[in-house]
Amino acid sequence: MTSQVNALHDHDHAHDHEHHDAGASVELGFWLYLMTDCILFASAFAAYAVLVGNVAGGVAGHDIFELKFVLVETFALLFSSITYGFAMISGHKGNKAGLLGWLAVTFLFGATFIGMELHEFGALIAEGHGPDKSAFLSGFFALVGMHGLHVTAGLIWMAVMMLEVIKTGLTGRAMTRLNCLSMFWHFLDIVWICVFTVVYLKGAI
Amino acid sequence: MFGKLTLEAIPFHEPIIMGALSGAGLLGLALIAAITKFGKWGYLWKEWLTSVDHKKIGVMYIIVALVMLLRGFADALMMRTQLAMATGGAHGIFPPEHYDQIFTAHGVIMIIFMAMPFMTGLMNIVVPLQIGARDVAFPFLNSLSFWLLVASAALVNISLGVGEFAKTGWVAYPPLSELAYSPGVGVDYYIWALQISGIGTTLTAINFLVTILKMRAPGMKLMQMPIFTWTCTWANVLIVSSFPILTGALAMLTLDRYLDFHFFTSEAGGNPMMYLNLFWAWGHPEVYILVLPAFGIFSEVISTFSGKRLFGHTSMIIASGVISVLGFMVWLHHFFTMGSGASVNAFFGIATMVISVPTGVKLFNWLFTIFRGRLRFTAPVMWTLGFMITFSIGGMTGVLMAIPGADFVLHNSLFLIAHFHNTIIGGAVFGYLAGFAFWFPKAFGFKLNERLGKAAFWFWQSGFFFAFVPLYVLGFLGMTRRLNHTDNPLWTPWLYIACIGAVLIAIGIGCQLLQLFVSLRDRKQLADVSGDPWNGHTLEWSISSPPPFYNFATLPQVHDIDAFTDMKEKGVAYDIPKQYAPIHMPKNTAAGVYIGGFTLACGFALIWHIWWLAIVGLLGIVGSMLARAYDNDKDYYVQPEEIEAIERERFEKMGIDFDRYDERDSNNRPHKAKTLEQV
Amino acid sequence: MIKRTLPHLSRWLGLGITALLAGCKGGILDPKGQIAADEKSLIITATILMLLVVVPVIVMTIAFAWKYRASNESATYTPKWAHSGKIEAVVWIIPIIIVTFLAIVTWNSTHKLDPYRELDSSVKPINVQVVSLDWKWLFIYPDLNIASVNQLAFPANTPVNFKITSDAAMNSFFIPQLGGQIYSMAGMQTKLHLIANEAGSYDGMSANYSGAGFSGMKFKALAMNSQAEFDSWVQKVRAGQPLDAANYAALLKQSENNPVQYFSSVTPGLFYGVLNKYMAGHQTAMESGLSASQLKALSNSLCAPAAAKE
Repeated sequence: MTSQVNALHDHDHAHDHEHHDAGASVELGFWLYLMTDCILFASAFAAYAVLVGNVAGGVAGHDIFELKFVLVETFALLFSSITYGFAMISGHKGNKAGLLGWLAVTFLFGATFIGMELHEFGALIAEGHGPDKSAFLSGFFALVGMHGLHVTAGLIWMAVMMLEVIKTGLTGRAMTRLNCLSMFWHFLDIVWICVFTVVYLKGAI
Repeated sequence: MFGKLTLEAIPFHEPIIMGALSGAGLLGLALIAAITKFGKWGYLWKEWLTSVDHKKIGVMYIIVALVMLLRGFADALMMRTQLAMATGGAHGIFPPEHYDQIFTAHGVIMIIFMAMPFMTGLMNIVVPLQIGARDVAFPFLNSLSFWLLVASAALVNISLGVGEFAKTGWVAYPPLSELAYSPGVGVDYYIWALQISGIGTTLTAINFLVTILKMRAPGMKLMQMPIFTWTCTWANVLIVSSFPILTGALAMLTLDRYLDFHFFTSEAGGNPMMYLNLFWAWGHPEVYILVLPAFGIFSEVISTFSGKRLFGHTSMIIASGVISVLGFMVWLHHFFTMGSGASVNAFFGIATMVISVPTGVKLFNWLFTIFRGRLRFTAPVMWTLGFMITFSIGGMTGVLMAIPGADFVLHNSLFLIAHFHNTIIGGAVFGYLAGFAFWFPKAFGFKLNERLGKAAFWFWQSGFFFAFVPLYVLGFLGMTRRLNHTDNPLWTPWLYIACIGAVLIAIGIGCQLLQLFVSLRDRKQLADVSGDPWNGHTLEWSISSPPPFYNFATLPQVHDIDAFTDMKEKGVAYDIPKQYAPIHMPKNTAAGVYIGGFTLACGFALIWHIWWLAIVGLLGIVGSMLARAYDNDKDYYVQPEEIEAIERERFEKMGIDFDRYDERDSNNRPHKAKTLEQV
Repeated sequence: MIKRTLPHLSRWLGLGITALLAGCKGGILDPKGQIAADEKSLIITATILMLLVVVPVIVMTIAFAWKYRASNESATYTPKWAHSGKIEAVVWIIPIIIVTFLAIVTWNSTHKLDPYRELDSSVKPINVQVVSLDWKWLFIYPDLNIASVNQLAFPANTPVNFKITSDAAMNSFFIPQLGGQIYSMAGMQTKLHLIANEAGSYDGMSANYSGAGFSGMKFKALAMNSQAEFDSWVQKVRAGQPLDAANYAALLKQSENNPVQYFSSVTPGLFYGVLNKYMAGHQTAMESGLSASQLKALSNSLCAPAAAKE
């Protein structure tokens, strides 16, 4: 029965165009979603750029940013992108164990990044530089925090995908989803590079 | 336990609200009783609420739009009544704290919960049919988008009875919408209702863009897509590029109100004008999101009922694209009076006027479609002609307001109100109503009563002029918007006339409700057996009315812009293949309903600071999504026997001999039959 | 409701039409100042230009629809005719020409009518600082050291230079018969330059919705016949109380349909103190004539906005 359905399915692809390639559609749809997310981030960047000077008598970027700390954070995220790439290479080769291993490494790098970010936020709030203190700090916490929320969502997704691969193996569905997560993860990396440049580097100078 | 929510949130002391609530409650009870009595709950749940069929989702969108139209129009009637009564020192029936909610709710409902779902509903029903697809790219996502809309519309309606709605105007400008000036839950209702529906809209746009890019019938090139599909495509491009800005702006306002951030506050360095910029960077494209699909509908209607190909199809596509791109470059014209420099204002003013060029081209193209045609004066055509005249005036007043020097005296006046109602009613709403009458037989299998349709048009059209020409005059007389009462004797007569206009439109809406009732009663006489009641041009008319759930038994081959006309001319429009191939279809799912329910709970909880419920809602959303993601029973194959039975019934109704093999042989898609033998 | 309206209607309808024919008395089509007059003629010019396209479109719509109605078998019918290079060129070019004209008009008029541009006049202008409050207007005359609420006076034919800010939500300062409006925003200063060419009492208002008392946020702009008349108004104002921190605090309280109030003197730099309350450390002490620390102290004395946080 299953093979019959598959045969029909393949046949549809070859001759009919009637059943579009589901995986490709999902990836295109996800790509479009990323573009909307990109515009959401652009709004947050624009707001930050407008508010960056409005410190309301409080601290400015160069008073609070610790570039070395953020650099370590940045490298954790950059490395996680590379290791995710390795995971996908293993996945495409059909190497389930390799994929899971590299995903685990990626997860650890991502978790490190989030841990460090939370530590930074906690320290700032403890020192009395919370987002309620000035428009600059509002813009900062919102922009960096929004990126952090995305990374957290990515980590949860990654954990779910690891479970899926453990349970059902490298199915077409799992690979499509891993491809989407891959786009998401690299996208967040690119956004972080912009955050690092616009917020931390420009702020620290 | 219940956050800020106490029994005092229910306005027992407001007779008008309690009256409206008990009226709505009684109607709801009657509906529930009727469904129970006729034993239709199972049918409703299985065939409609959990449906992932784009046609049914489209119908449900339009039902929501019509219900919200009644709600938003009731607000309009109350506003006109208040202003007709509160003259010469009188204070009318509504105190400001109530009246200010009414005009805010009117704006929000008409834009977000009437026009958007109406447009989305028509797009849902028509676009997949026009491109020869069997469903949208992501049927479940489509259902989810709809239920997010329902959740957000429910929030707006709940605000009527529990707490209050925003008293800020539909734009919710800070600092007025900040906690310092609006400490109540009204703005929170506003924020979460817009946020949830905005996410649903964004998902819909992604869904339809993928559908259009990936699922067109074989042979259909992009430039051969029907014009309505094209205008929807542009609208969806606008949605994905502008709605995230609204999401961002609302999120910032949320942070301000919930966590004491300072994006838009007056204090601590916040910048309220940034909200205006972000809001209108979404808000201006939004009006094109509303009106472009309406333009597409007018194009379809005018070309169909002129019995002619649309004049300048390519030029129409380009004009829509130019409008879309320029729509992003004009947002500042909503606040010339902010005090930007003259050059900045002039730039945005001129950019705005440039939009009138492609819009003018469209008008001329419609004219030249009528030219040397055979125009049948049906209800959709009446709406279209009414639009062409009305919208020309609205466009003119719009360009007038794009001139900063003129805008300084017209901004915030009733002239502005008249202008945008002129374009939104005379443009978008007339378009949707034309589309409603045009595609109704396709969706339901019978036509609407023509007499009542035309009566509705005349009441709407004359009501529009009675209601809004006085507002143009009042703008010239120096009357500004959002006033609760007036004491200028020169304004009073015009306020009376405007009130009469609103009553005329109410009669128009009444005609439409009556039309629905009468047409349903006479559905046998009005039945559309052929599936092609208007001698249509495009693929949706090539299948039965209502279409089978799989839309196309065999996918059509497209060779022309007017694909179905082309088939009719070649004599292959009603070909029957030797055998049908199995069709892959999605199964219905309740996941969208559940996620919508959890979203509603989550939104309500956030508004009232009931944190435990917000967490439950959020976990429910994530849990339902995961359950859906790992549900392996999502699709199935419709077997050829079932398809053949459905198609046989259709063709026999049309009087075509289903078993006439020679006709079936002349099928111009022979590979279809062959492939099945291979299987 | 209709029953109540109808008898009124016939009475008002006649009056309304007479009023409209009389030139929209009191509105923007009845300008009493140079700026408003220029804005009116701009509206008329632009409308005529656009009617050049709009009228033919409306006429063509009706004419084409009638001529090519389905029952008119004698009209030409060309179902496949859908393209004509010539027509397409014309329908693109005509709107482009009109818009080009309008663009030129727009560019020039926008610069000429820029609210920030000082008016050309040999008469020395009067300076007025405007603060929008919940829900009333405060007018400060820095050169005369007086202030008033909900009443603005100045001699006719004298340019008035407004500096405008808000100590409440955003409002829009608007005297329709004298010229266009401009927003009043907390922590920001906008400018407007108007002149009255005729003496009279003109309606002024907030054009931008700002909350419950917004409808009553009206004032009269009195354009005086002569300097002497204006001087006697100033004397009347000087009979009021001083506008110090305490009286300003009273003004900050929300009030609707506020009566006219006069203030004999004004704490120096008060306008800048209000402005500085919301500038989050960006204050420029320069214009106010105060030192930075003086300005800060002044701002602090002017307390939090009236709408208290809950």
